[in-house]
Amino acid sequence: MPAPKKNGLQTVWFQNPPVIISTATIVGSKEGQGPLGHTFDKVVEDNYYGEDTWEKAERRMLKEVMQNAIQRANLQPQNIDCLLAGDLLNQIISANFVARDLGIPFLGLYGACSTMYEGLALGAMLIDGGFADYVLVGVSSHNSTAERQYRYPTEQGVQRPLYASWTVTGAAAAVLARQGNGPVITHATIGKVVDLGQSDPMNMGAAMAPAAADTMARHLMDTQRQPAYYDLFITGDLGTYGRELALKLMQQKGYDISDRFSDCGILIYSPEQDAHAGGSGCACAGVVTCGYLIQEIKAGRLKRILGVATGALLSLCSYQQGETIPGIAHAVVIEGR
Amino acid sequence: MAEVKDSQPLEIQKREYQKMVQEVQPRPTVGRNVFWAFVVGGLICVLGQLLLNFFQGRGLPLTEAGAATSTVLVFLAALLTGLGVYDEIAKFAGAGSIVPITGFANSMVAPAMEYRGEGLVLGVGARLFTVAGPVLVFGIVTAWLVALLYYFFR
Repeated sequence: MPAPKKNGLQTVWFQNPPVIISTATIVGSKEGQGPLGHTFDKVVEDNYYGEDTWEKAERRMLKEVMQNAIQRANLQPQNIDCLLAGDLLNQIISANFVARDLGIPFLGLYGACSTMYEGLALGAMLIDGGFADYVLVGVSSHNSTAERQYRYPTEQGVQRPLYASWTVTGAAAAVLARQGNGPVITHATIGKVVDLGQSDPMNMGAAMAPAAADTMARHLMDTQRQPAYYDLFITGDLGTYGRELALKLMQQKGYDISDRFSDCGILIYSPEQDAHAGGSGCACAGVVTCGYLIQEIKAGRLKRILGVATGALLSLCSYQQGETIPGIAHAVVIEGR
Repeated sequence: MAEVKDSQPLEIQKREYQKMVQEVQPRPTVGRNVFWAFVVGGLICVLGQLLLNFFQGRGLPLTEAGAATSTVLVFLAALLTGLGVYDEIAKFAGAGSIVPITGFANSMVAPAMEYRGEGLVLGVGARLFTVAGPVLVFGIVTAWLVALLYYFFR
């Protein structure tokens, strides 16, 4: 007998769609100055957030959004059955160290910049599977911690290519519940790792676009829906050129989503902000989803969206050894209720 | 136009996708980059020449005036790196601010600042040459090879 809640090859559906009962976001000053600045709960002007290292600043942001999300749901940390969190740093130290402080049963996730949606998908499965009443999902990234880990020291004078993206400084958290008020998660499509041979770590949009298109097309096939069913397809951090590539790949798979396809990385900065292709990092899909998108859904301006967070699964070691960059994308359907 | 189809063998998909990436990818602004590299790199050289003339005018012989000039330029670049200005200049100047000795100073100070959090020995000490190290290694190897050629063929 096939799994009762599975649709097609990679999609699951939820019998009692889990509810996103609360969200919280924090961003850095560059994100605060961007077009979505007003949609975030808090803008932190100090890159160190009062700490002595950037890593500690990132941790502090992650802890704060998690505490805020729990508080807004009128819960205590001991009410949360499971914490799903991740970030970009080696051995996901931001998530691990925050979990140490919160004392909630914890499963650490690494899906690079797709971690928020990996968490939403798994959290919804835990709840609809009957394993949890409340699940907390959180992610963070920090421009300076990511730059120093993946690229150059931050004060190093280098010219970034026009297709490079800018790691978002920020953190986002959401509480999922079996019941309550808020947008619901009805389906999730777990992505496959796709690698079409891109190897330039500055051009992550190109590395991830095939995975995004693969997951989106697979979702439509699995659910036998047409693109018009959704108000918006929104990827995590493909950026300007990655979005264009994903659009072309979708067209070649027979789906035209050009009138309803955006990207969190494109929305978060304006072109004058010198971010080049757009934002990236775990927090990119995280803060735009937990801020802007959830607000639009609650206000009724968006009814049903397919969020597709994308991740580039490379490490410094893998690309220095000449490996290409595998990409992944997980899709989650969020509907207004 | 490049076409990527699931039915194609993976190698073909990769080749076609590479073509598609080339079509979409923005062209680097070579003209503008070269112009600014020339202007900023040139200005750094002009500054160096002014300093050299100044030190010579004050009575230093040429080699020592050169050393004094380098010292001042390195100091200025280190200061600007510490103030967070050098990387902003480099964004426009590119090679114009990387190639002169000031770029070398920047590539030493930037990691020094970056790894301060990991301590003086294992942080700053161990990582100081992460960017500048390869330049030194290949600079010294090249100098050695040239010296060898000079020794045999002069």
